[in-house]
Amino acid sequence: MILSTSETILSIEDLHASVEDQQILNGVNLLVKEGETHAIMGRNGSGKSTLSKVIAGHPSYKVLSGSIQFKGKSILELDPEERARVGIFLGFQYPVEIPGVSNFEFLRVATNARRKELLKTELDTFEFEDLVTEKLKIVEMNAAFLERSVNEGFSGGEKKRNEILQMALLEPIISILDETDSGLDIDALRIVASGINKLSRPNSATILITHYQRLLNEITPDFVHIMAEGKIIKTGTKELAINLEKSGYDFIDKKVKGMEIAK
Amino acid sequence: MKSSAICREWLKSLPPTQGYLKEEQEIGRELLLKKGMPSNKDEAWRLCNFTKLNSFLSLPIIINEKDNSSKVKLIFPEKDQNRERIIINPNQNQIVNIKLPSGIEKLNDREIEKNIGKIVKSTNIENDISVCLNQASSSGLLALKVKSNFKDALEIVVPSIEEKAISTRIFLLVEEGAKLDLLQVFLGEKNSAQNHLMEIKLESNVEISHDVISMGDKKESSSICTLAVEQAEQSKYTLHSLYQGWAYARFEPRIIQSKGEASTIIKSLQVTKSKEQIATHSLIRFEGPNGKLDQLQKAVASEYSHCIFNGSIEVPQKAQKTEAAQLSRNLLLSKRARIDTKPELEIVADDVRCTHGATVSQLQEEELFYLLSRGIDNEHANSLLLKGYYDEIISNLPKSAYKWNFFEKLIQI
Repeated sequence: MILSTSETILSIEDLHASVEDQQILNGVNLLVKEGETHAIMGRNGSGKSTLSKVIAGHPSYKVLSGSIQFKGKSILELDPEERARVGIFLGFQYPVEIPGVSNFEFLRVATNARRKELLKTELDTFEFEDLVTEKLKIVEMNAAFLERSVNEGFSGGEKKRNEILQMALLEPIISILDETDSGLDIDALRIVASGINKLSRPNSATILITHYQRLLNEITPDFVHIMAEGKIIKTGTKELAINLEKSGYDFIDKKVKGMEIAK
Repeated sequence: MKSSAICREWLKSLPPTQGYLKEEQEIGRELLLKKGMPSNKDEAWRLCNFTKLNSFLSLPIIINEKDNSSKVKLIFPEKDQNRERIIINPNQNQIVNIKLPSGIEKLNDREIEKNIGKIVKSTNIENDISVCLNQASSSGLLALKVKSNFKDALEIVVPSIEEKAISTRIFLLVEEGAKLDLLQVFLGEKNSAQNHLMEIKLESNVEISHDVISMGDKKESSSICTLAVEQAEQSKYTLHSLYQGWAYARFEPRIIQSKGEASTIIKSLQVTKSKEQIATHSLIRFEGPNGKLDQLQKAVASEYSHCIFNGSIEVPQKAQKTEAAQLSRNLLLSKRARIDTKPELEIVADDVRCTHGATVSQLQEEELFYLLSRGIDNEHANSLLLKGYYDEIISNLPKSAYKWNFFEKLIQI
């Protein structure tokens, strides 16, 4: 539920960013408040994933101008690990495989890093085992996944479920889920979506980056933004996503063209 | 001083040839006198840090067991109950003072004469300086027979002595059907040198899992180790080795499948920091058909250090149906560090399957970002990634090997 008094979690203003000297973001504005779910849609190359990486602090992406504020404070000077610890979570489009690093150990170290920030006691192996067993149920994952190396040999669906498991353990304030629905079959999509719904809290927010409307049938967004050419060109409600699914992205082309002419 | 002069000085400092290994000492010294120390013109030594190699010869060799001036630290982790441990204390006569577990006996003179030096000789390496250095200076021999009823684990620990060089020689005859878990631990001391020559003969149907943990002391310790193994048919020899912490180290595993029809697995890791140089020169030769080899060599070099791998595989005409795979994977953690890796396959037989490959990379940025984006700090993330990298090798080591704290040292980059 959105209340007008809700606190702003994320505020992005006129953000310009580049990767490898190529400018990708050209003035993004976005305001996310507590309890909100936002969907960002758009074609490949429109800057959706770049936006998520920039928020998470990927070192290859450079902010040229503009600001990103998290709970009223700029995060541009924070390292990626500091951003994660204060409660910013990025669900990867392509979760990275790390051979030789046990998933259990990885999850435990990450959870403790966040708990430290929240002034909670760090968990030893046994305590963490209890916690993770509980959280595994949210994504209907088998405990056997904990014994394996991080994402190694996981199917597409298993990787995405492992991302949501991390989200469950880290209890972020804002979750940016980059194409969490891609590569999922209907059943896996339902499990992942239901996991995200279960994890939503009144004082947290979610940004779903997606190509398709099907995820939005499972998770109802409060706002739908369309990105093109590195900026948000249209904002609406769920209806916008439905219309987009029906008519395709052609209208964006017209809009972009219109912008260019106006320039 | 020139290296040939250093070598002559060193030979002069050795006591007169005597005792059990008199003949071997003579052979080694004569060859060294004739050839001198290697130079960068010798292919097998081309990349060697000669300053470090020469300083290897500057330390006095321990020969006299009554030399009480040298103290050896003998505080080791407690051994597990089901394992036997032999500590080679350079201050003591190696043959007399060792208590042997049941199922392991000393070789008699006739057996020693029949076997000693044969395996290493059959590796046919020109200018075999590593072996000559050992032959010239080793005064004791630990020659053991592992009986066919032996199915246990054995540990051989070789500590070093500060400001001294030691030279050890071991021969193991593993009788038909025996199964042996062998853990060897080599420990460096500051400003110390070790030289080892070990020969292992596997009779048919023998299975050995051989774990080598070789850890130097950061302050100028060096080690040269030649491991010569002969495998009879239907034998299985697995080597897991870990080298770290030596200012200079050279490890030369040479394995010969004397009739083919055997299996060899090698999983090795060498890790260098600071200005260290660690080199592995392996040779695997198939003298008969249907031999199998699976070799993985990993190296991690940081700061100003240098890792070298030279991997020879010889498959002559008679070694048809050989299946050999060699992979060298390397991680370069600093711009000033250096990695040299060279596979050398000599294949004459025409019906074989032999593969090799080498990669040099850095810690993956995307892997690192993934960990950071979960709140894990940079240092911890790096050590997790390194741990992951080492895992492929060290996960093969037995639990009792971890008591030697090699892991803690490994992740301190």
